[in-house]
Amino acid sequence: MTAAQAPAPAGLPASRDERRARYRAMFKANVARRLAVDRIMLGVVMACALVAIAPLMWILATLFVGGAEALTWEFLTGEPGAVGSGVPLAIGPAVQGTVIIIGLSALLGLPVGILGGIYLAEFGRGWFAKQVRFFMDVFMEFPSIVLGIFAFLAVVLMLGHFSLWAGAFALSLIMFPIVARSTEEAMKMVPWSLREAGAALGLRNWVVILRVVLPAAKKGIITGVLLSVSRVGGETAPLIMTILGSSQFFAGLDNPMDALPLRIWRLSLQPYDEARLAGWGAALVLVLLILAIHVGVRYWFLQKGRGKGLMGRLGYGRM
Amino acid sequence: MLRHKAAGSPGRPIGDKLFRWGATIAGAYVLAVILIIVLQLGLESAPIWEKEGIGFLWGTDWNPVEGRDSFGALPYIVGTLVTAAIAMSIGVPLSIGIAMFVMIAPRRIGAPLGYLVELIEAVPSVVFGLWGLFVFRVYLRDWIEVPLHDAFGDSIFLFSGTPFGLDVLSASIILAIMIIPTISAVSREVMMAVPQQQREAAYMLGSTTWEMFRLAVFPYSKAGLIGASILGLGRAVGETMAVTMLIGNATGLRAIPESLFDSSQSMASIIANEFIEADLVLHVPALIAVGLVLLLIAMAINVVAHFLVVRMLRIREGAINN
Repeated sequence: MTAAQAPAPAGLPASRDERRARYRAMFKANVARRLAVDRIMLGVVMACALVAIAPLMWILATLFVGGAEALTWEFLTGEPGAVGSGVPLAIGPAVQGTVIIIGLSALLGLPVGILGGIYLAEFGRGWFAKQVRFFMDVFMEFPSIVLGIFAFLAVVLMLGHFSLWAGAFALSLIMFPIVARSTEEAMKMVPWSLREAGAALGLRNWVVILRVVLPAAKKGIITGVLLSVSRVGGETAPLIMTILGSSQFFAGLDNPMDALPLRIWRLSLQPYDEARLAGWGAALVLVLLILAIHVGVRYWFLQKGRGKGLMGRLGYGRM
Repeated sequence: MLRHKAAGSPGRPIGDKLFRWGATIAGAYVLAVILIIVLQLGLESAPIWEKEGIGFLWGTDWNPVEGRDSFGALPYIVGTLVTAAIAMSIGVPLSIGIAMFVMIAPRRIGAPLGYLVELIEAVPSVVFGLWGLFVFRVYLRDWIEVPLHDAFGDSIFLFSGTPFGLDVLSASIILAIMIIPTISAVSREVMMAVPQQQREAAYMLGSTTWEMFRLAVFPYSKAGLIGASILGLGRAVGETMAVTMLIGNATGLRAIPESLFDSSQSMASIIANEFIEADLVLHVPALIAVGLVLLLIAMAINVVAHFLVVRMLRIREGAINN
């Protein structure tokens, strides 16, 4: 750019036509250079995209190749045998534990999450609501292991033993801000006129909210719940010091329990090929579970063609 | 959000009042939880603050043996910050590149690609760790670490040490992959927030696409991009399992990495590794104190990031309204 606009240096030819030809050449060179830079940058950003999704593909491929042969009915439902005994290091208790702990943490986390979302959407004005919203966002990013320590102190030490309750409590803390924020976003998208229609029928405000607005926002809320479930299902760190892990099936909510992510971690610490195979199998099951939720939610939303706005605004579109 | 005058009158039905109070309490729950967490971590780690004082923050000993116990958090703070910094230096340029590509690519390519990048976040941390431990580490060691070590090991301190694969570099690379979805999604959002007129003006002046980004998008969204990166930093600092499985788990003075190929330990990983086997007298309080430091650092990072990103997105709304 600068070359083309610079005042003619002394060395330029005197003739007007020649000077013109020279300028034209300069201009062409300038444009060519800029277009070349543009192409190069396009190549660079394309490469960035490829580099970023390569690991995902690589991981999925490894999981399918390494884990598929581990998947037998016995592996999925049995109790883990001893290494070398011929019985696979089965993940039955882990699968059961993951299902139970997700249910239990939903039981603890959903009511407060949804009600918190209602507060933010319907009553959430002023200084206090601003603080609540802000700290919800900050709390969402808390290191999960710290929540594990908290659950250990608050539940495990109080009750005196490791238990499913402690793990579920820790996971519910991860769950509720996600649910609350997505409930808020979904309820804010419900048209104003619906609320007015409810009020015009003489319904109480809380009836309008629970019976009109909440059902209308159902889809967005369920999405948030499912995404929070998928997030919680993959958490390992807070489970280490709360449910501890176990190789037996469910024996009451006050007992230690196993979960898939925890089992994967424990298996990765064992130096046997058998453990590695079981690890791949367990990881495959876990990833399939979580990806199914994600892809399902996405597909469900695309059908209505309104996925972008809500998903994008949810935590700046990270989910 | 309904707010008629009648609803504010003293005659408001008791059901509404109760409901409103219930919802407000549910909203306030998060504030209470944060407060209790900070207080409880502070209280439960009190023994270690009494014993080591504030020097715990820069102590380098880590000896849980009874009678000789001595604890210091510095190596893990350093380990966390070093891995997070390396992860950022790899992850941030990649993420912004991805965000740019998704913006300029035709929708047919851009949308699925953006979705794939988002899916990275769905993969649990422990699966990243498993893959890193059994697959990625081997390739990294044989193809990158060993050649680098052979070529520069004697001259550049970064590449000294013994390449083994369980080290700062492998943990940082996995971390970088894990923070890409966060940073790229937020930076795309932030760059999209640049008013369309700005971009069109740049094109109208004859810019190429790259020059449009340089002239119109980057200057406008700088604060937001920094905020996006810091949000990624917050993620990297708190990340536990993948790091635990790859960082090599050194303790004490040896956990301060001397090169890229040195094993280390992060704040989160020392807690994950030792919490269950620790005794409740001093070792657990020491780990809780590490957790408290981690929490405060992560919180500070996220507060800063939040302000940068939110301010940026608010500018957009203002610009549209004008």
